[in-house]
Amino acid sequence: MTDKNGFFDLSKTGLTRRTALKGLAAGAGLAVAPGFVRYSQAQSSAPIKIGFQSHRTGIGAAYGRWYERTTAAAVKAINEAGGINGRPVEVIIEDDGTDPGRGAEVVGKFATQHKTDIVYGTLFSHVVIGSAPAAGEAKMPYFVVSEGHHVASTKLNRYVFQPGITDVKSQIQAMAPWIAANAGKKVTQIFPDFAFGYDHRDYLPPALKAQGAEVIAQIAIPPTESSFTKYFPQIPAETEVIYHVMVGPAVLTFVKELGEFYGSNRPQLFGFIDSLEATDINSPGLEFLDGSHFWEGSPRYAQPDDSAAQKAYRAAVGIDDNGAAVGDPKDVSTAAHMFGCWETLYVVKKAMEDAGYKGPEDRAKLVEATEALTEFAEGPEHPQGPKTFNGKIHQCFGIQNISKVEGGRLNVVHKTKIEDGLYEPEGDYTTQPL
Amino acid sequence: MKEASPAKAYALHLGVIALLFALSFVLPEYHHGLLARIMVLAVFAMGYNMLFGYVGLLSLGHAMFFSAGLYGAGLAVIHLGWSVPAAFAAGLACGALLALVIGVLALRTSGVAFMIVTMMFAQVFYLIILYFAAWTGGDQGLVVPQSARVLVLGDTSLGLTNPTVRYMSALVLFSIVLLVALVIVRSRYGRVLVAIRENEERTKMLGYDTFSNKLAAVVVSGTICAASGAAYALLFGYVGSTFASVQYSILPLLWVLLGGAATTLGPLIGTLFMYYVVDITSGYTSAYLLIVGIALILLVLFFPRGILGTIRQRWLGWLP
Repeated sequence: MTDKNGFFDLSKTGLTRRTALKGLAAGAGLAVAPGFVRYSQAQSSAPIKIGFQSHRTGIGAAYGRWYERTTAAAVKAINEAGGINGRPVEVIIEDDGTDPGRGAEVVGKFATQHKTDIVYGTLFSHVVIGSAPAAGEAKMPYFVVSEGHHVASTKLNRYVFQPGITDVKSQIQAMAPWIAANAGKKVTQIFPDFAFGYDHRDYLPPALKAQGAEVIAQIAIPPTESSFTKYFPQIPAETEVIYHVMVGPAVLTFVKELGEFYGSNRPQLFGFIDSLEATDINSPGLEFLDGSHFWEGSPRYAQPDDSAAQKAYRAAVGIDDNGAAVGDPKDVSTAAHMFGCWETLYVVKKAMEDAGYKGPEDRAKLVEATEALTEFAEGPEHPQGPKTFNGKIHQCFGIQNISKVEGGRLNVVHKTKIEDGLYEPEGDYTTQPL
Repeated sequence: MKEASPAKAYALHLGVIALLFALSFVLPEYHHGLLARIMVLAVFAMGYNMLFGYVGLLSLGHAMFFSAGLYGAGLAVIHLGWSVPAAFAAGLACGALLALVIGVLALRTSGVAFMIVTMMFAQVFYLIILYFAAWTGGDQGLVVPQSARVLVLGDTSLGLTNPTVRYMSALVLFSIVLLVALVIVRSRYGRVLVAIRENEERTKMLGYDTFSNKLAAVVVSGTICAASGAAYALLFGYVGSTFASVQYSILPLLWVLLGGAATTLGPLIGTLFMYYVVDITSGYTSAYLLIVGIALILLVLFFPRGILGTIRQRWLGWLP
């Protein structure tokens, strides 16, 4: 087709347009490129190769950094103890840009180019769900550390497992008895208006009802919101507990404005530490949280009754007593979640050893061996606590921590039992063909 | 600009299709899978090119058309249990209908206003997906079950998860859209579109109903993008709101600019180029985004009409 007037000839359109297009091209490149994967050097066939689908860029980057550190520490410990089936473990990292489309490509790359034995380590739910079909099609065991309910919902496929961290449905259910008994019976929920918030919106009311408490209001806040004051008048006056799970950069503003709204006479506050992972609890604006309670998967701050295994784990990963990187107090960890990487790798080790795993031809055996696992005892391999594993729904169940903000740190005031978080299975992966 | 003889133009395009077919048998497994994905997304870029390249309408909202196909096909399978062909048709219908409605409204504007209006509509579409999370899976998205992704042709069942079937399905879609695009741009209608792009007032003076022609172009463009989205859902098994975000509106613009706007093969070249530049550079450095940015700037400086556009301008004037 003709292009007589040079409609697309950027060289004829003057500086402004050219500059604009350059900026657009570069900007778009930066916007889309995080998801693109990178090559890694060819590996020898001797080590067990674990493909680590990491959120190096995108919204999950803070988590990704700490997931990588925990993974490196666990692999070092495993290799120093003789590896898996006598073979060293090697981790190959690919950045998925915290993007589900890219995540699927990364899984494909692990399967067909790196030829890893398994894929592991994904956190964000949409990336897990986006990548799961690729893992199932490649018959690639896919061990995620996400805490989403997606695996346990049995909506994914037989190759997807979550053996190292509990799912959010279980966590919420386990919180309800303590909230009803200690914080109050009339609960108002404030949550972000997307899937993470919906889990809390949907699972908390029935869990509280079973404990004789109730959710009296649910306030969903759009994820794009940067100021929250206008939502606070919706909180009913009789509210005894505000249950908040805001996430993202706006959480500091949220807490500050909540403090300005209530002053010193506030209801009880209960939140999920997801809001403040990798954020210093002593950041300016968070003073209002003093005296409030949080769910923590694993405690950020060292506790007086920490087990020897917990202490060894913290030292191996490199976090100090305040849950920050050793030598850099400002680099706060994602302690509540990242233990899942450590524990998942030890589950993989156990399952591979049970299966007598030799190579990709044994992947089906590995799936069955993982499904056959039932319990993980507390110890160096599972420093967060004991767990049970349901092979039908590929999900583990464990204890949860409730911590109080006191004197600028989080002190664990209650540990739930495994039974508190159990629920009826919603399906059975083992009926699916391998 | 020279006009290509029909035989020459068709021979080139059939040659490209034959090359892609042949590559299926020689490419390593990883690149085989990646090229299947690139072909599906190149269809998205071709749909975008139809409007941007030939009519000169710069939309910043084409992710909604891609997503209309993605969700139209995906949700038909997940919630209604439709077969693959029916779901694909549903995806196309959703895209065409959406494009018709958006076209009627957005074409009341032009230039920057058109960009803004399309972007706003896409944002509305994105938020609707999030709002109806019970059906769409919200920001987490939904998996299209592997068992449902089977194409039944008579007595034969073809699993779309099989790499060869997937590659060939992507190639068939790509080939059909490429040839349709070639026919359109060589037709009288295609010439009217270019006339509108070059001088809409003069085209009106010549007696053409520019609004109707532009509306038809929006519908064709939206339907092609929806075909890409529907194929993506059925071939790769995931529908998610990320594909409706603004990032996926900018991507086809970038691919088309790189490959060459108003060239039939430019969208494929641009998509291919973008995928591989990032893939290769990221193998050498963690600062690969910087390299990608520099590569893009150099391209805009030295290939101001995109790769194929510049080749056409300098050497092969007959390229369609």
